[in-house]
Amino acid sequence: MSPRDLFGAALRGLGANKLRSLLTVLGVAIGVGAVIVLVAVGNGSGKAVQDRLEAMGTNLLTVSTTGGGGGFVRGQAGPSAQQYSLTMADAEALSDHRLAPDVAAVAPVMTSSGTATNGDTSYTVNQVIGTTPEYLPATNTPVANGRAFTKQDVDSTQRVVLLGQTAATELFGRPASAVGQTIKLGAVDFAVLGVLASKDTSGFSDPNATVIVPISTLRATQAGYGALSQIVVQAAGKDKVDTAQAEVTQLLTARHQVPATQSSPFRITNSAQILQTSQDTAATFTALLATVAAISLIVGGIGVTNIMLVTVTERTREIGIRKALGARRRTILGQFLIEATLLSLIGGAVGIIVALVVSRFQLAGVQPVLVPSSILLAFGVSAAVGLFFGSMPAHRAAGLRPIDALRHE
Amino acid sequence: MAADSLIDIRDVTKTYGAGETAVHALRGVSLRVDAGEYVAVMGSSGSGKSTLMNILGCLDVPSRGEYWLDGADVARLSEDQQALVRGRKIGFIFQSFNLIPRTSALANVELPLTYAHLKKADRRRRARRALELVGLSDRADHRPNELSGGQQQRVAIARALATGPRILLADEPTGNLDAHSTDEVLAMFDDLNSEGRTVVVITHETEVARRARRLIRVSDGRIVTDEVTG
Repeated sequence: MSPRDLFGAALRGLGANKLRSLLTVLGVAIGVGAVIVLVAVGNGSGKAVQDRLEAMGTNLLTVSTTGGGGGFVRGQAGPSAQQYSLTMADAEALSDHRLAPDVAAVAPVMTSSGTATNGDTSYTVNQVIGTTPEYLPATNTPVANGRAFTKQDVDSTQRVVLLGQTAATELFGRPASAVGQTIKLGAVDFAVLGVLASKDTSGFSDPNATVIVPISTLRATQAGYGALSQIVVQAAGKDKVDTAQAEVTQLLTARHQVPATQSSPFRITNSAQILQTSQDTAATFTALLATVAAISLIVGGIGVTNIMLVTVTERTREIGIRKALGARRRTILGQFLIEATLLSLIGGAVGIIVALVVSRFQLAGVQPVLVPSSILLAFGVSAAVGLFFGSMPAHRAAGLRPIDALRHE
Repeated sequence: MAADSLIDIRDVTKTYGAGETAVHALRGVSLRVDAGEYVAVMGSSGSGKSTLMNILGCLDVPSRGEYWLDGADVARLSEDQQALVRGRKIGFIFQSFNLIPRTSALANVELPLTYAHLKKADRRRRARRALELVGLSDRADHRPNELSGGQQQRVAIARALATGPRILLADEPTGNLDAHSTDEVLAMFDDLNSEGRTVVVITHETEVARRARRLIRVSDGRIVTDEVTG
C-alpha cells in the first residue's frame, strides 16, 4: 500500500467521526498552543526585565560606601565612616588607566533634592544629580533635545542643567521648548542645556523626574563639599566587568587603607550580576511555565490514545475485513499510526496558529516574545505525541487475529 | 502428493479453550479439493463448518493436522505470507457482505488490489472490470449503505474476484438475501465455476447446496458424507 493510499485511508477514518476527531485535535492544539504561548510569556517577561536593566546602563559598576549610618552623603559622617567616604580624588584615581586598565569611564555622583521653578510653576525634583559628562553614556541616558554639558562646563562651574522628561514637561509643558530657558533650583538660576530622553519608568524611583547638573555647580550651590554619594564606573567591555570590579575594589581598599581583617566598606553593584540574576529568575519562570504547558500537551496526547483505542475497538470488524483481503500487519499499523499522527499534527498546526495570534496581545501585563525553537519543538513534539500515543492502539489493531476481528460485533 | 490438490487438509482438529470447557469444533477432518471443483459444505449450526471455512481461508489455524494450500504448508507461512495468500489466492464472500462502510463500491473492490501493491491505474481498471462482471458498473460510486443487500453481495463478489484468486470461499453467501438476489448470486457462482474457478460454499440451505457438484456434510466436527452430486 503506497503512502498516498495509507494517507487517504487515514483521512477517511478521521472523517468518519468528525466531532470526535475535532475534539481530539482541540486537546492537542491546546497543549501545543499552551507550550508556545507560555514559553513566549516567560521569555517576554525575561526580556522586559533585561530591557529595564539595560536601560540602566550596561557594564556598569556603582560604588558606594556602607556603614557610617548613611551620613556620609552630606559629609556629616563620623570619623570612622569619613575614612571610607568616597572623594573626587577617588574618582580621579579610578579613571587612571594605569591603575585601573579595565575601567572605561568614571563619573562621580552627588545627589541632592530640591524644588525647580520656572516663573510661577514649581516642581519638586526627586533627585538633583551632580556629576560629570561621563555619567550620561555610562548610565545609558541620552539627551533628547539640546546638548549635554561638557568638561569645560564642569571645570568652570557653569550653572547649566539637564532636565528629565517629567521635570521638563512639568515646568515647560513641552519638553523641547525647555532648551535655552532658565529655571531656578532653590534660589539659583540655571540655564537649561538639554532634555534627557525618556526612560522606562518601572523602577523604585522615576528616572524621568531627575535633573542633572555639573558636580562642581551642585557642590558650590546646593550640597557643599562633602563626600560623594557614589561613583559610577563603566567597565571597558561586557567581559571586563569582573576584572574592573576587582580593580576598583583593590584601588579603593588601598587608597582608604582598609585593614585586611575588615570586610570591604565599599559596596559595588554590578549591573551584569543583576542582569544575570534576573535572567536566571526569568529562565526558572519560563521553565515552570513550559512544564505546565508540557503537562497539558501530554494530556492532549492521552486524548489521542483514548480516541484511537475507541476507534480501533469500533473498527475491529473493518480491520478483520482488511486482513481477510490481504492487508499485512504493517499496513494496518501504518493506517492507524497515520491517523493518530494526523490528529496530533493538525492539532499542532492549529495550536501554532492560535499561539501566533494570542501572543500578539499582552498577557498578564507581559508582552510575549515568541521563541522560534519552541514552535518547532511544539510541532515536533506533537508529531511525536501522535506516533507515541498512537502506537499502542495501532499495535493493538495490527496484532488482531483476522478471525477474532471478523467475529467482533 | 500435496501438489496435486489445490486444497489438502489432513486430519485437522480445532479445539477452542482447554480442559473441562474445551470445545472441539473439528475432530479430525481430511479433505482434498482439486482445482475447478464446486463444493458445498453443509451442516447445522455448531457442526464445525464455519471453523472449517476459516481454516480453509487462512483466517484461523488448525490446533493439529496439516493444511496444504496450492502446494504450500500454511502452518509454515509467516503472518505476512498468510496475508499475501489470503489476498492473492482466496476470494472471500461473507454472509454479512463485510464491505468497508463509508467507502464507495469501487474503492471496496480496489482494496485487495491495493494490498497486492498494484498501481493506481491498474487497480482502477481491474476494479471497474470486476464491477462490470457483476453488473454494477453504474453503482461504482455508491456507498454500501446506498445499495440493496443483493447489490452489496455482488460488490463483495466483485471484490473477491478482483485479484483473480484461485479459490472463491463463500460463507453462507445467501443467508441475508431474498429469493431473487439468491438466484442472481448462485447463477454467478455457476458461471464462475464453469469458467474454471474453484468454488467452496458453506451453507445450511439445501437449495444452495444443490447447485454444487460435490456435497460434503459436516456434523459434530467430522465429515459424515462426501458425495459427487452433479
